[in-house]
Amino acid sequence: MIFGTGILKGLFVTLKNFVTSYFRKPDNGGIFTVQYPEERDKAIEAFRNFPFLAYDGTPDKVRCVACGICERECPPKCIHIVMEIDPLGKPARRPSVFEIDHGLCMNCGMCEDVCPFDSIYMDHAFEVTAADRGKELVRPKEALLKSNDYFLKIRPGTATLVDQKRRAAEEKKKLSRAATLPPQGPVS
Amino acid sequence: MSMPPFLRDIEFAVDLSLVNAKGWCLDLLGHFLPDWTVVLASIVISGVAILALGPLVMMYLTLLERKVIGRIQNRYGPNRVGKWGLLQPIADGIKMFTKEDIVPAQADKIVHFLAPVVIVVPALMVFLVVPFGERMTAVNLNIGLLYFIAVSSITTIPIFMGSWASRNKYSLLGGMRTAAQMISYEIPMTLSVVPVIMMSQSLSTNTIVMTQVGDLDLHWFIFTPWGLVGFLIYFLCAVAECNRPPFDLPEAESELVAGFHTEYSGMKFALFYMAEYMNAFTLCGIATTLFLGGWQGPFFPSWLWFFGKTFALICVMIWFRGTLPRFRVDQLMGFAWKFLLPLTLINIPVAALWFFVPERLAWLYSIAIFAVSFWGLVKLNCAFVPEKRIYPLAD
Ligand code: SF4
Ligand code: SF4
Repeated sequence: MIFGTGILKGLFVTLKNFVTSYFRKPDNGGIFTVQYPEERDKAIEAFRNFPFLAYDGTPDKVRCVACGICERECPPKCIHIVMEIDPLGKPARRPSVFEIDHGLCMNCGMCEDVCPFDSIYMDHAFEVTAADRGKELVRPKEALLKSNDYFLKIRPGTATLVDQKRRAAEEKKKLSRAATLPPQGPVS
Repeated sequence: MSMPPFLRDIEFAVDLSLVNAKGWCLDLLGHFLPDWTVVLASIVISGVAILALGPLVMMYLTLLERKVIGRIQNRYGPNRVGKWGLLQPIADGIKMFTKEDIVPAQADKIVHFLAPVVIVVPALMVFLVVPFGERMTAVNLNIGLLYFIAVSSITTIPIFMGSWASRNKYSLLGGMRTAAQMISYEIPMTLSVVPVIMMSQSLSTNTIVMTQVGDLDLHWFIFTPWGLVGFLIYFLCAVAECNRPPFDLPEAESELVAGFHTEYSGMKFALFYMAEYMNAFTLCGIATTLFLGGWQGPFFPSWLWFFGKTFALICVMIWFRGTLPRFRVDQLMGFAWKFLLPLTLINIPVAALWFFVPERLAWLYSIAIFAVSFWGLVKLNCAFVPEKRIYPLAD
């Protein structure tokens, strides 16, 4: 039977919403809106936007060895890498050019997943602008390089794990190097 | 309620402040100019006041609507342009003016151009008989209510003009729906007004307000059984008349793009929009006049009461929009013809009963009659639902 009670119920719901929007908190009937430029949501650690290149200490100690795996794996092919050649004509195992076209990058995070040298990671900075769509959105290596401290700051969980892994690997390397060298004292 | 005389004086002065301001202007002009110009000036002042009021009301109604709907949906609504977004309507206006005006190649150019122009005219014309406050009716017509009903129903024609001239199937469907809907809802709306005319024995909007005086100025028609029912019917019809949700079939955006104004852009579209909001305002204003005692009310100046009541009604319209989904076409027509119309017809004799029977008894009778008829109408309107068929072999 339709006596219009459903409509009244519905009207009551919206009225309640209207009234509570003035004094309730967002999680129980208040306003959800975050007034963006003035307020920001707290960043979630897993949030990802445009990759950056991590370096240890100083910007010349890049972790990237210019292996080109990310370049090949990137679905829209927006990474461009050139290996640095040292004076002897040998590959220097570091990139001389490392560019990412932000106009193409779709923030998929594939590069982070495939990099075997813990070099490329997804960033939190999303306010990327340029006055020109073609050239300026292609970010050079200088713009992409960010310190490991920054990485630790924005993604403490992942960064600490990575750091532990790297330290363990270093240790192991040292040990194995020590094992191959002639023993210089009592081996424990 | 007795008030000290000086308070009454103050109230009176505030009440008539706007009227006095006009009189003062005219006096000033009278010193310099011949008499006939003063008469002309009087007309011009009222005219300009109304012409300015219409668009101004419309602009801020859009803002109010967006704000209230926003709150209903737990958002802020516009709040960037100016404090609390108060300049938002002006920004919208500028945007509208700078938009390209597109006319379909196959359109009937003249009619397509005329429709938005014509639609604003009746919307502004009805402002003439709305009593905004004590002695603040622009023209005190003795057939004011008839004039209002006649003029406001013209709105159907420009809408249909626009939809026909656009040469667009969606427009035309919207126009057809408008014609059907507006004509259907006109009838219960007019009939729901009849008891008011019976009681005040006048068609003049001013007189209707004056018959609602009483202790505390609260002797409104809505506080009688026929007034309450009449008001509800009138208000529902008013919502349908200005094509607002849940009766917004003519511009149902999910099925007809934008209905009759699909092919309009820029300022022409804005004119349609303006007419719609001004209609909403005047329909609420007339509802206030007829059932809510117009500008009558204790303590505050009369125009404040009028605008307060009108805006309260408009907020209810916005509330409807924030709550209810759209009617289906057949439900819409059924609601007008099979529910509202019989109820108005019952309402008229009930009003007569009120006139002849002492108050207590009349309340009792009216409640009984309305309860029975409401129940009966609901029963009769129930759609036939076939019994659920059982297929014994299916399981
Ligand atoms: S995030 Fe995806 S699209 Fe962007 S550079 Fe990495 S792999 Fe390419
Ligand atoms: S970022 Fe990683 S995967 Fe890409 S070239 Fe450098 S080391 Fe290789």
